[in-house]
Amino acid sequence: MLVFIIRRLMQSGIVLLVMSLLVFVGVFAIGNPIDSLISPDADQLERARTIAEFGLDKPLWDQYFLFIKNALGGDMGRSFAFSAPALGLIVERMPATLELSVCAIILSIVLGMPLGLWAGLRPQGFAGKTIMAASILGFSLPTFWVGLMLIMVFAVQLGWLPSSGRGTTQLLFGVPVSFLTIDGLKHLLLPAFNLALFNIALVIRLTRAGAQEALLQDYVKFARAKGLSNLRIIGVHVLKNILIPIVTVIALQFGSIIAFSIVTESVFAWPGMGKLIIDSIRFLDRPVIVAYLMLIVVIFIVINLVVDIAYSLLDPRVRLADTKG
Amino acid sequence: MRMQLAVIPGVRALLGLLLGAVLTITGANVSAQEFKLAMSSPPTSLDPHFYNLFPNLNVSDHIFETLVTMDPDSRVIPALAESWSMINDLTWEFKLRKGVKFHDGSDLTAEDVAWSMDRPATIVGSPGKFDVYTKAIVNKKIIDAHTIRFTTKEPYPLMLADLTSIYIVSKKATTGLSSGDFASGKGMVGTGPFKFAKYLRDDRLELDRNDNYWGKKPAWSKVTLRFIPNDATRMAALLAGDVQAIENVPTPDLAKVRADPKVSLYSKVSHRVIYLYLDSKRDKSPTITDKDGKPLDKNPLKDQRVRTALSMAINRIAIRDRVMEGLSEPTDNLVPTNFFGYNPALKLVKYDPDGAKKLLAQAGYPNGFGVTINTPNNRYVNDEKIVQTIAQMWSRIGVATKVEGAPMSVYSPRGAKMEYSIGLLGWGAQTGEVSSPLRALLACENVEKGFGGFNWLKYCNPKMDALLVKGLSTVDDKQREKLLQDAVAIAVNDAAIIPIHQQVTTWAAKKGIAYIARTDERTHAYEFIPK
Repeated sequence: MLVFIIRRLMQSGIVLLVMSLLVFVGVFAIGNPIDSLISPDADQLERARTIAEFGLDKPLWDQYFLFIKNALGGDMGRSFAFSAPALGLIVERMPATLELSVCAIILSIVLGMPLGLWAGLRPQGFAGKTIMAASILGFSLPTFWVGLMLIMVFAVQLGWLPSSGRGTTQLLFGVPVSFLTIDGLKHLLLPAFNLALFNIALVIRLTRAGAQEALLQDYVKFARAKGLSNLRIIGVHVLKNILIPIVTVIALQFGSIIAFSIVTESVFAWPGMGKLIIDSIRFLDRPVIVAYLMLIVVIFIVINLVVDIAYSLLDPRVRLADTKG
Repeated sequence: MRMQLAVIPGVRALLGLLLGAVLTITGANVSAQEFKLAMSSPPTSLDPHFYNLFPNLNVSDHIFETLVTMDPDSRVIPALAESWSMINDLTWEFKLRKGVKFHDGSDLTAEDVAWSMDRPATIVGSPGKFDVYTKAIVNKKIIDAHTIRFTTKEPYPLMLADLTSIYIVSKKATTGLSSGDFASGKGMVGTGPFKFAKYLRDDRLELDRNDNYWGKKPAWSKVTLRFIPNDATRMAALLAGDVQAIENVPTPDLAKVRADPKVSLYSKVSHRVIYLYLDSKRDKSPTITDKDGKPLDKNPLKDQRVRTALSMAINRIAIRDRVMEGLSEPTDNLVPTNFFGYNPALKLVKYDPDGAKKLLAQAGYPNGFGVTINTPNNRYVNDEKIVQTIAQMWSRIGVATKVEGAPMSVYSPRGAKMEYSIGLLGWGAQTGEVSSPLRALLACENVEKGFGGFNWLKYCNPKMDALLVKGLSTVDDKQREKLLQDAVAIAVNDAAIIPIHQQVTTWAAKKGIAYIARTDERTHAYEFIPK
């Protein structure tokens, strides 16, 4: 297992390096950020001075090596627009995004698994069919549209929930979180549901398919023959066996929810990392874009590692040392 | 506590009544109300000297003040400086308003003013510094605690316009601070109508009323500026009652807002002119083709008749009525009618496709040619739609026109590299007079003078340049205005750029709240007034 982890970490290092190079060259190809950043009243001398101050007058390779040198020392550069350390800006917004993502994932598990099981156990029933039909909607409706509809219905028409923004925050272990206050929860509900919708549908479908398959297996028949209660058969034996694909998908989805909650965050004006990256791309704020994407890569690497380890715990047949790559 | 009050309106009303009674007794005629306002873009820093960027200025205006400022019509009026005079052609003397206090209780002195004039040049890591407005001042002299003199190297009539951009900060509170420190509230000590309370980056800024404010006290005891860039979300926040007012009403929603009895719409012609710039310099231009799309080795845009024909072929009135929902002011000038340097002799170009065709034929293009207009698609109101409309109008006179839109961050680096033949841009005359667009967009490129910074296609007309240079060193307002108006006339008659319209800025507020709309597009919580 240790060998496996070490090898995985080395591979991750290479992925990070390639990623940073790609982003660097990509942003460089779009053009000079100063042209869109500089204030209109600035003259050419001011422009040249600003370009030099940000080191943008140097050749691309010089800029890249300087970045790598600093990055190895833990400095991901300073944002052009904010003049603050890029990593700090991202980390500052991380609690908001993580809170949203975790809530969305919890929602998709709490709603998706029972609904999926139900549909799997009674595929011909009315409820089962309704659940499956609804899950198609969850898949196919675009996030931004659903978000706007949620706002229109629950905030504008009914007035039950606030339309956007993050509610009152409280410090929990030094991290500002909003789910501890009523106001915070109210603000959290709509965006979390919006973000979760796709995943709820995904979990429903996976659970249903898994359950239907598992019900035909010999061990279920055996358990039935043994006279075990239905609750125990479903809740322990079936559930445990269908969990592996669900864990994989949820974990990977968790990564992409964190990375790409951009749409939900901008629709709900949620002050998270997604909003930051959109603004940074608009400004071509390269240090922030690079730092953000590197961080996302790290998150994915960690999640994948955790998933692999979780496999071996859930299914003793999986041996980590054997999985190459 | 506050939340509970918000839930029980009765209690709040009662409290308001009580507070009102108390305040009436003390003589202050202000109500204790909370006001929430949604802005369309967040500031990148709270340091008022960090970045000359619109959202930053918008926020700074609430907390900090300048020596002189602009009224809603962009005319210069006194602010922290009560009066000023010119000792000679090079020296300006400013008398500070007496009794003005910073939010920490200390007095405003000439020392703070001198400090605030020096500080912009010392800011590090800024993509757009404010020292463009202070560098004309070569010497500052403090005469007494409330008098300061600025000296320039050459006669500098733009002094007042420039000073409207330099916020006065407290020397004591900002010494040794870096721009990043301001986000925590450190150094946020101004003289303005509101005091800093709390800031959550990209989300909201909470402000308390400055009860010792020297000027007209705002109606709101507490203000929250929320930053909601998404148009639909901002609109929904207003309709849901989460905020009481918003800036930049999205064009598709205008009709709905006009019809909604619970909301009022405010609008004003902005200082921002939307225009096309044309390649009149190069012999071969990158996107000029013949009608079949093959590159043309001659550049028809070099011919003034062709440029004028293109301008005549644009139906600006139709653009206003159909594309802009009535919210634009067609123009052939560079600034709004009430601005210094507006040239009333320049009438709106008449829409005349037949005349345009004739002109094209005279210039040797009876069958037209092909061209691509490049435009940003996320910067100005309906930017790409305007260009698409123009493309159709030009096709009618035989100029086969293609449209290429891109986000501003992709568009402008390519524009600066001269990759376009025709492009659309907007220019806001932030200094409130016409020399700003003349210098940046039309003057011959001259690094030393700072001319032509956004003159991407290098238009150059020595006659216009001479008038501009003369105007910029003429202190007498009348003479200067005449010189600048003549310069505008030369450029516009030469069709160096084709002005389309002045943009109109919009705001929407809950019924019962009025807004004093501003030409400079800024949104100030203290200019929203309960009716």
